[in-house]
Amino acid sequence: MALLEIKNLRAFAEDKEIVKGLSLAINPGEVHVIMGQNGSGKSTLLNALAGHPKYRVEGAAAFDGKDLLAMKPHERARAGLFLAFQHPNEVSGVTLSNFLRRAYVARHGKEVSVAEFEKILKGKMRDLGMESSFAERGVNEGFSGGEKKRSEILQLAVLEPKVAMLDELDSGLDVDALGKIAETLSSIRKPDTAVIIVTHYARILKNLKADRVHVMRDGQIIASGDGRLALQLEEKGYSWINAAAPAL
Amino acid sequence: MDENVLKEYGRDALLRDAPGSDSELHVGYRAEHAGLTLELVKEISEVKEEPDWMRRHRIKSFEIFEKKPLPTWGPDLSHLDFSAIVGFVRPKGQGYKPNSWDEVPAEIKNTFEKLGIPEAERKFLAGVGAQYDSEVLYKSLRSNISDLGVIYTDMDSAVREHPELVKKYFMNRCVPATDNKFAALHGAFWSGGSFLYVPAGVKVPMPLQIYFMMNYPGFGQFEHTLIIAEEGSQVQYIEGCSAPHYTKDSMHAAVVEIFVQKGARARYTSIQNWSRNVYNLNTKRAIVQQDAVMEWVGGTLGSGVTMLYPCSILVGRGARAEHLNIALAGEGQVKDTGAKVFHMASNTSSKIVSKSICKEGGVVRYRGLLSVGAHCTGVKSNVRCDSIIADSKSKAETVPVMDIRSKDAVIGHEASVGRISEEQLFYLMSRGMDADEALSLVVRGFIEPIVKELPLEYAVEMNRLIEMEMEGSVG
Repeated sequence: MALLEIKNLRAFAEDKEIVKGLSLAINPGEVHVIMGQNGSGKSTLLNALAGHPKYRVEGAAAFDGKDLLAMKPHERARAGLFLAFQHPNEVSGVTLSNFLRRAYVARHGKEVSVAEFEKILKGKMRDLGMESSFAERGVNEGFSGGEKKRSEILQLAVLEPKVAMLDELDSGLDVDALGKIAETLSSIRKPDTAVIIVTHYARILKNLKADRVHVMRDGQIIASGDGRLALQLEEKGYSWINAAAPAL
Repeated sequence: MDENVLKEYGRDALLRDAPGSDSELHVGYRAEHAGLTLELVKEISEVKEEPDWMRRHRIKSFEIFEKKPLPTWGPDLSHLDFSAIVGFVRPKGQGYKPNSWDEVPAEIKNTFEKLGIPEAERKFLAGVGAQYDSEVLYKSLRSNISDLGVIYTDMDSAVREHPELVKKYFMNRCVPATDNKFAALHGAFWSGGSFLYVPAGVKVPMPLQIYFMMNYPGFGQFEHTLIIAEEGSQVQYIEGCSAPHYTKDSMHAAVVEIFVQKGARARYTSIQNWSRNVYNLNTKRAIVQQDAVMEWVGGTLGSGVTMLYPCSILVGRGARAEHLNIALAGEGQVKDTGAKVFHMASNTSSKIVSKSICKEGGVVRYRGLLSVGAHCTGVKSNVRCDSIIADSKSKAETVPVMDIRSKDAVIGHEASVGRISEEQLFYLMSRGMDADEALSLVVRGFIEPIVKELPLEYAVEMNRLIEMEMEGSVG
């Protein structure tokens, strides 16, 4: 059974349809990459799946056997759906460690003492090669672009989701930093979890093996294939795929 | 602090209708009729067996009260009905010499014990007091502190036992009855409160605390706090306030007078959580001498209408004041709060930080006055007011008045008003926090710079109160 199965999903911002009837099935252990130009609806898809209140959603989505669309955003998160944001918000005055402890308690449904959690967090940070002082800063407060990405990855590592959705993880990162984050991502993955990566560029696939690559245009998937599709796209550009897949 | 009590005495928990019998309300003695009249002024003085000078002070204050108009520059007070307020309620038990916890009636003791008093005293306080309606029922001071010459007693006892100190400082040079209508009202009807005297050079190592409870329906509480920190001394004083929610309006008009003498340091912390039909109209002021430091830390969560502008008058060279304030207004609440600082000597400095939160139609207004005299040089002041608005029904305003007459004063002023965005809440929810938890975490982060100045137990309480306030705020 697919871990996440999306059928004919449509997402509207006010009355504007942005995702226009999209279907996708993701099995445990798979890495899916969704590529597409600006405005193709990639980010909206991820945000709609996470339950962003800005979007009205139609269609069906089953997550781990549950009706995803009937769940509130926090229930989706608790059930194991995770969205790494492209532009995560600041939560001024709340330390990353305090924030993460609450998220951890919510995700795992059990209380954990400050001391216990500190141990867990320190372990994860060590694995990721992060200074532990990082967790004592306000959430995304004054973070650089790279720090924001690392913070999102740390959250992913601590919350251990079943499906991790990464929105434009590569934006604002240089090749080295991206490579490092992709490696980290591979190292923290559990075998039965799945990853959806939204990106403009294929370069992240140098460090992370994709099982499926999808190309989005105008709110729909216009092509799907394996990792080679991404490389072809990188080489030939979006005009190639646009020509290959005329308006549906 | 016990969760249930917070729930009970927190917002709209128990909306009790008619008052129970006096015995249910633990009344020992009370004014026969509602109404703030001259007869009651005399009655209070008589019941308290006060010296003549205090009786005359009360009567004179009452005359001033009658002449003064209600302030019209602030929140609407037109529904405040002085004739409906019960101005004096003495709790059951020993009215005077409240020093034995055992003598406090069991039911009242129970209430305070649920609030963590006097357990807290054993843990982290140098002394503790508890006032129930008009009078202080319990007051204690660690013996090692009283051995240093520190006096900590209720204000009624201080009038009898330390008349020379009280006469010298009580409502004359700091907050005279002529100051404003509510100060005059207070001068006439005051009852209870704390008297704290710290001798020169004595540094009190732990805070002193008092807890105020208003229990009688339609009651007016007018406690007086007088703190004298003599030269080179240091002291911290904390007060907490709560009241059950009745259908009748109550009022609270306290006066706090603090004298911070040369080189001394005083911190006054107050966490107010009155029920939402309390008019909270206080006058709090400190006179700060040379090189002395006055710190005000306040959290205004409860009450209906609050007008509160703690004031520091920096009269000595190098005197310093710090004002930290959190105000939260929800449905039906108006928080008109702020700070006043008068720089009346050179090299004085002040810092004001105000954090306001409004939600569900609440109104928060920062009202500040910063004044620097023409003859003062080297004055520095920094004012920062931040507000966050949780929804479109609520309102945050800033009214900062500055009267800077000295040319070389360095004054900084920053203000920000922010809305809690859907994006921000969604970010938190996407990490598994429900809507209430998300909002309360944003608010906690916002007030963190002030909460971290509170003693641990109060910080925990503050955070818990904020969490309760935020429950159900998000649709």
